[in-house]
Amino acid sequence: MNALRRYIDKIKPNVEEGGKFHFLKSTFEGFETFLFVPNTVTTSGTHIRDAFDMKRGMIMVVIAMVPALLFGIWNTGYQHFLAMGVETGFWEMFWFGFLRVFPIIVVSYVTGLGIEFVFAQIRGHEINEGFLVSGMLIPLIMPVDVPLWMVAVSTAFAVIIGKEVFGGTGMNILNPALTARAFLFFAYPTKMSGDLVWISGLSKGMETVDGFSGATILGQAAQNQDVLVNGLGEPFTAWDKFLGVIPGSIGETSTLAILIGALFLIFVGVGSWKIIFSVFAGGAVMGLILNAFGGNALMDMPFWEHLIVGGFAFGAVFMATDPVSGAQTERGKWIYGFLIGFLAIIIRVFNPGYPEGVMLAILLMNVFAPLIDHYVLEGNIRRRLKRAKVQA
Amino acid sequence: MSEVIKIRKGLDIKLKGKADKIFIKAPRSKTYSVKPVDFQTLTPKIVAKPCVEVKVGSTLFYDKYRPEIKFVSPVSGIVQKILRGERRRIIAIIVEDDGKDAALSFKKGDPNSMSREEIVENLLESGLWPVIHQRPYDVIASPADNPKGIFISGFDTAPLAPDYDFIMKDNENEFQVGIDVLARLTEGKVHLGLDARYPAAKAYTEARNVERHYFKGPHPAGNVGIQIHKISPVNKGEKVWTVKPQDVITIGKLFLTGKYDPSVVVALCGSEVKKPVYYKLIRGAEVASIVNDNLAQENVRMISGNVLTGRKISMEGHIGFSDSQVTVIPEGDYYEMFGWITPGLKKFSVSRSFLSWLMPNKEYTLDTNLHGGERAFVMTGEYEKVLPMDIYPVALLKSILVEDIDKMEQLGIYEVVEEDMALCEFVCTSKTPVQSILRSGLNLLRKELE
Repeated sequence: MNALRRYIDKIKPNVEEGGKFHFLKSTFEGFETFLFVPNTVTTSGTHIRDAFDMKRGMIMVVIAMVPALLFGIWNTGYQHFLAMGVETGFWEMFWFGFLRVFPIIVVSYVTGLGIEFVFAQIRGHEINEGFLVSGMLIPLIMPVDVPLWMVAVSTAFAVIIGKEVFGGTGMNILNPALTARAFLFFAYPTKMSGDLVWISGLSKGMETVDGFSGATILGQAAQNQDVLVNGLGEPFTAWDKFLGVIPGSIGETSTLAILIGALFLIFVGVGSWKIIFSVFAGGAVMGLILNAFGGNALMDMPFWEHLIVGGFAFGAVFMATDPVSGAQTERGKWIYGFLIGFLAIIIRVFNPGYPEGVMLAILLMNVFAPLIDHYVLEGNIRRRLKRAKVQA
Repeated sequence: MSEVIKIRKGLDIKLKGKADKIFIKAPRSKTYSVKPVDFQTLTPKIVAKPCVEVKVGSTLFYDKYRPEIKFVSPVSGIVQKILRGERRRIIAIIVEDDGKDAALSFKKGDPNSMSREEIVENLLESGLWPVIHQRPYDVIASPADNPKGIFISGFDTAPLAPDYDFIMKDNENEFQVGIDVLARLTEGKVHLGLDARYPAAKAYTEARNVERHYFKGPHPAGNVGIQIHKISPVNKGEKVWTVKPQDVITIGKLFLTGKYDPSVVVALCGSEVKKPVYYKLIRGAEVASIVNDNLAQENVRMISGNVLTGRKISMEGHIGFSDSQVTVIPEGDYYEMFGWITPGLKKFSVSRSFLSWLMPNKEYTLDTNLHGGERAFVMTGEYEKVLPMDIYPVALLKSILVEDIDKMEQLGIYEVVEEDMALCEFVCTSKTPVQSILRSGLNLLRKELE
């Protein structure tokens, strides 16, 4: 450790002002602060600071995603072998999934961080940690058969247009990971929807057992199918949906794994339980309203099932809670979350083209979050004015 | 006991090195100083040039824009030098003590039989007026104003704060006279904030002429700004005054004896102090006079005040005018490997991302390391948890950053000063310099509006 520190101190002058590699300062700093918390001390204001910083915060979110990621890797293998009709062991499924998912993660991180480094360098800023989270979120919301170049393009789009043009982490209006997904969805719809993309190998025309279908639960429901079945035609149980042994984007299927992540986020104090709770509440309320009317498979789907299928739980826990693109006032968070859940189910049910409404609902509410905050602040301002008048 | 105001938001940072309740009379230091920088936005005009002989109560300098506000020497002796910083800004006037305590005489008498003008005049002449601060802005009050009320917080909840119930002991009479003086300065009331968790000092409970308010909760419950917000918040155009308890005693002593008595009690505390205790000393003493041979190590941050709002001073420096504590903590100028993932049993954080949450009652040794780099605002809801006010702190800070004066007013900038938002700065993940941003906003507002 000391040897490493000494080595860094030795090469550091090269990137300082006037050094040969000054143009790499941000990159160097990025790696240096990854290895060591810097020795900067407080100069003004409070002399002591909380030990929690952005790096730690972002890492906590990544840790929270690990259960969903591990489950997603396993499920990729499970669905694949189910389609093939081959029975294999746990590790084979996991290894197969790992080989499919890992490249997507690598591409997402390399593309995103590469762009972040370049922008930080141009601006002369420190590298921002925001992409540590986005870089993991993007693979988890991709269909497993997505071509790698599309991952790269959509990540680049999300980082540049979704974030850097606004000024980088902390300044963006839309959630970068969802921007990547929305970009793919509108630019390459065939690769992001339909029955073939959710199970590894299907879109490449691999041999499956007879009559196998890779349709997701929502895809089937949108076709007004009464009994929702897995690829072999066996009906899904509620446990299947909750545990996540269903086709879908890599990380979104297991509500259980996502909830474990949610509990972790709430416990360490990084994720807002208000948003998570109110998204589920909003979804449940809309689901209940639709149940009351009924009419087609999606409207008749019990309200609680809406909450455990598709990307609902994943969106609620990992996307809606993004502090930058979400509502920033505590009261605003209740409204923001509720509307996300509410709208997600509306879009899911009434948009025939695309049954997954969570992505669009969150992006829409990202845009409206500042407005919600504005009204919360106006309320505060009015209270203050009223108080002044009463006393005057 | 009257109604207790419960404060739920806030944070008690438990640090090692709380001062034992023992009074020690500090040895006299060679020099004493009065520092214009202890008072916000003050532009001093020097009266006592170097080599001039001064007595206790002789004017050293006055406020350039309000010449009636004078600052006086705490000891008799010779002005040794005027310490200047960048752009010749005056940092301190240093007086060499001759140990004789020859003092000027001021008026004495029962404040209740004096007119307001006489009282103000006496405070101004004796150099005691500067202990009276004004909200908004936390600057020295203007003698011509008639404040809506005068607020005294009788306790301090900051990390390692001195116990005022201990300090106030045997000062009942002086405190009462001080209160009587303040009561003559306002048409409103004198409010005294007390800690509901402990039985308050006799000086507080038996004081007449004040309205007592009891508060219960974590820091910043002891901040006078929080108490004002809960009792009678400052609206646009209103002014309230604040005074610290020890300064009330000093005022009392002036009217009892006719002399400026600059003695004060200071708690020496912090993890790097071998024997943390309370010292009786004279305002503006050299910090070396109390920390000599009492430090555990050399690489320390010496703070006049507490760790959240205090001022960094050097080993040769002097204790601030109104500070009741000196805190010594280790400097944090070291590298830490893989800090973003280490379990962190010794680290303090409001988040539970370090395993130290397993030990809620642990006392910490915290250093001055920033623990990360400065970032844009990312996390939300952090500040709100430690600011027990109906204020949206991030929105307020953003309005200051874009210099939008209307918004600052609307969002309640008049109700806060640095110390109230110091905890926001402590918890900030983005390491935002909250206090200095807030001060720049306050200064901008004051410049534009006055």
